[in-house]
Amino acid sequence: MPRSVTRTLTLNGKQRKVRVDDDAEDLLYVLRDQLDQHGPRFGCGVTQCGACTVLVDGEITRSCQTPLNSVRDGASVETLDGLDAHGSLHPLQRAFIEQQAAQCAYCINGVIMGSLGWLRQRQASGNTAVPSDAEIKAFLSGEAPGFTRNYICRCGAHNRMVRAISSAAAEVLS
Amino acid sequence: MTGRELSRRRFLTGVGSLAVGFSLVPGVRARQAARAGAKPPSPGFRIAETSDADSLSWLVLTPAAITIHSGKVELGTGTQTALTQIVVEELHVDGRGVQYVQGDTRVTPDQGTTAGSKTIQNGGPQLRSAAATAFQALLGLAAQRLGVGQDELVADDGVFRDVHTGHRVTYQQLLAGTDLVLVADPNAPLASPDDYEIVGKPVQRADLPDKVSARFRYVHDVTVPGLVHGRVIRPSGRNATFVSIDPASLARAKAIPGFIQVVQQGNFVGVVGTTEWAAIQAADPDTGVVVNWDDGQPLIAQASLPQALRDPANQYASVEMVNVGDVEQGLASAAVTAQAGYFTPFQMHAAMGASCGVADVRTAPDRATGIQVTVWSGTQDVYALRGAVGSLLGVPADSVQVVYEEAAGCYGHNGADDACADAALLSQAVGRPVRVQWSRQDEHGWEPLGPAMAHDLRGGITDGKVVAWEHVLCSPTHNSRPNGNRGTLLAGALTGSLPAALPSAPGDTAGRNAPVTYTFPNNHLVGNLVRSFETTGATSGVPAAPLRYRFLRSTALRSLGGLSNTFANESFIDELAAAGGADPLQLRLSSLGDPRAVAVLEALTDTWAARPRGGNGVGAGIAFQQYETEFTYVAAYAEVAVDTGTGQVQVRRVVVAHDCGLVINPDGLRNQIEGNVVQGVSRALKEEVQFDERGVTSVVWEQSSFHPTPQYSVLRFSEVPEIEVILLDRTDQPAWGAGEPTIGIVPAAIGNAVFAAAGVRVRTLPMTPDRVLDAMRDG
Repeated sequence: MPRSVTRTLTLNGKQRKVRVDDDAEDLLYVLRDQLDQHGPRFGCGVTQCGACTVLVDGEITRSCQTPLNSVRDGASVETLDGLDAHGSLHPLQRAFIEQQAAQCAYCINGVIMGSLGWLRQRQASGNTAVPSDAEIKAFLSGEAPGFTRNYICRCGAHNRMVRAISSAAAEVLS
Repeated sequence: MTGRELSRRRFLTGVGSLAVGFSLVPGVRARQAARAGAKPPSPGFRIAETSDADSLSWLVLTPAAITIHSGKVELGTGTQTALTQIVVEELHVDGRGVQYVQGDTRVTPDQGTTAGSKTIQNGGPQLRSAAATAFQALLGLAAQRLGVGQDELVADDGVFRDVHTGHRVTYQQLLAGTDLVLVADPNAPLASPDDYEIVGKPVQRADLPDKVSARFRYVHDVTVPGLVHGRVIRPSGRNATFVSIDPASLARAKAIPGFIQVVQQGNFVGVVGTTEWAAIQAADPDTGVVVNWDDGQPLIAQASLPQALRDPANQYASVEMVNVGDVEQGLASAAVTAQAGYFTPFQMHAAMGASCGVADVRTAPDRATGIQVTVWSGTQDVYALRGAVGSLLGVPADSVQVVYEEAAGCYGHNGADDACADAALLSQAVGRPVRVQWSRQDEHGWEPLGPAMAHDLRGGITDGKVVAWEHVLCSPTHNSRPNGNRGTLLAGALTGSLPAALPSAPGDTAGRNAPVTYTFPNNHLVGNLVRSFETTGATSGVPAAPLRYRFLRSTALRSLGGLSNTFANESFIDELAAAGGADPLQLRLSSLGDPRAVAVLEALTDTWAARPRGGNGVGAGIAFQQYETEFTYVAAYAEVAVDTGTGQVQVRRVVVAHDCGLVINPDGLRNQIEGNVVQGVSRALKEEVQFDERGVTSVVWEQSSFHPTPQYSVLRFSEVPEIEVILLDRTDQPAWGAGEPTIGIVPAAIGNAVFAAAGVRVRTLPMTPDRVLDAMRDG
């Protein structure tokens, strides 16, 4: 029989309490169904596309395969919904508009949140250089050191997205 | 989507409005005209208030807002922005605050399917004439108000000004005293392209700010009070039939918190729960319901597809599409001849987001609206889905309201309609509104696919001229879109209905871009139509019984037969060039008469001249087509590197020259062309549906320990080439579509480049490392 679980999460800076009847329920459904988040979306359910990406305690996380019982109580969760919480768009969001870097934009949550997590982790490890296009492509293809998850875009806005991340990187890293 | 709930009637309550509605301009469906009782267009014609005016309005102007009611929907390609540019230009307003209501059978007109690169091409002129009609009416009102002739007025940003006196009147002032319903006049004077201020400008997409900030609502985000969640338990195979539900598993499912019900109708088995998680658990054979199936008739094996498509026993019709001169004689007299066979596999739309549908089925129609069923879907045709859902549920189509909500990009007829039908059937069964989110395995495993195709070409070349050309194609159907027949929906097929009859001719589906734009003296084209399922006779396309598929269910995938036909045509003309010692670009140029066709190829001349020499693993190729041999002209140059050790093909650079007539939004157009290139490279190098005798086995994106066999992989960021786009803007020509002309030429350009690079011809897609190595071994 499934076991219930409760967690207090810091969602985009605000404390939110959640409870599920089945502690194996993945974070994606908790975020969408209980916490009204619309950035993370269901794409594949098997961690292969990136649509559900959120940051949990700063770690790039595929929320479609993240049972709530695996998320620590008190964990910080960041979603695309909260990225412009302070009233102005995040540099990555601005850059995606500036470069018109999307078509259907279903993938954009993963590409933006994944890149954000990656840029921050680079910075934390002491690398403050703006990444090259090749490095950005490698990250989004799951080919960068330590980052093995691929991000799918089906409409074909890839090169625009790489330009957008590149143009926003300096500001994100500053 | 803002303002969807606004009814035109709300405008007709004294605040003043001007509505421009349906007319008989080409492309609008006759049945809609009949239903509307529309008469031949004349300016100022007033539609009777008793008619269903809400669904007729293309354009509603009030002092507060301009609202576009578009039957063409935004599929993520930017058409909302481009169509708005067209309207704003003709109305001489600045475009701020223009609302866009799309794809709702209660409040938007029937403009047919949003497909085939026809939104700007066909929907654009319809909206333009509506806007021009509205502008003429406003101009008349302004002249009357100011007491001057119409030609003494100029309009700018929603204000008319008398050029002599400077007197002004705003649109708001004019509309405040107006209550007009007009029929769009296709002859209304249009703004001159020389004066365009908004058309032709790279206006930013209207939807992106909400999309980057998670405020946008996709169909996946639709919610209604009391919504519950459903999942469908898929049969063991394409032709499988229901045997039983394991009783112990049913008991287990019932213990899942939030479980509501199992629904079984024929071979359709679904579960409903109060949460999506409950529905997922109930549908999972490891935690919920286990269904026993009889596999039924086996599918024809994937490995035998190239032969099976060509086998007359699998064909029900053979249609001669072109017959010019005498091919046999042409071949006999040619200095050099060649022949080759080509094959492209089943490929899928593979939407980034698995399909989702929401349905609210009531037990009786609403007294005020007559609506009994409301569904929300990412469908390409709300009116067609309305008929299909009505048929599925056994209610009149008029009592069904279909509301379009954007899904992930679809690239054709994917699972959107079927997911919606699943929700409708489950909602009817449980008496509550139901949302069905397909799993990735549902999408990859059950979406209707682009079919495999086989081609046999023969040709002859003499002194740098093609003197004989023959193309025989074999293809299953490229169109099984929903219509009024419930069997066109997966849920309808599972509950015992027959699919639609197969087409009687290749036409513009399997036959799209099979005819070449080139002028060849002896030219023969035959289309052989492949029996997707058992039919009622050797020459019949009528289904004999439900669930008797020989091949996987197939339908419209971006460019339909165009990609495969052009892969064959544009590869083979290169083969003839090589055999006859001709330059591939020159051979194409000398075979074309249309100056616009010549121009797109000439736009690549410098790139072609500077190409890598080839033969050392790096090479370049070109390809050309005129979309549907009638519309957009497009040529592509592709540069590849072939690793002759591993067989890996890397596409480094693609240059596209594109003429779709008048350019509405150059950046939106470039975005579309770039997307075509990326998806074209992906389909050329990576994409192939894998299946066994029961059904699709490539049900996720990547091979893993959970899915150990080859899966449906698409191009990665690191594999995307550098893309350059050359736009040939023809402001004096109609605006044609750009959603899929380019994708058709990409695989051939790559194949030709592989030949230049490695000296081998790969005639089967996708050009995987194994196939390239095989070609080199055979070479």
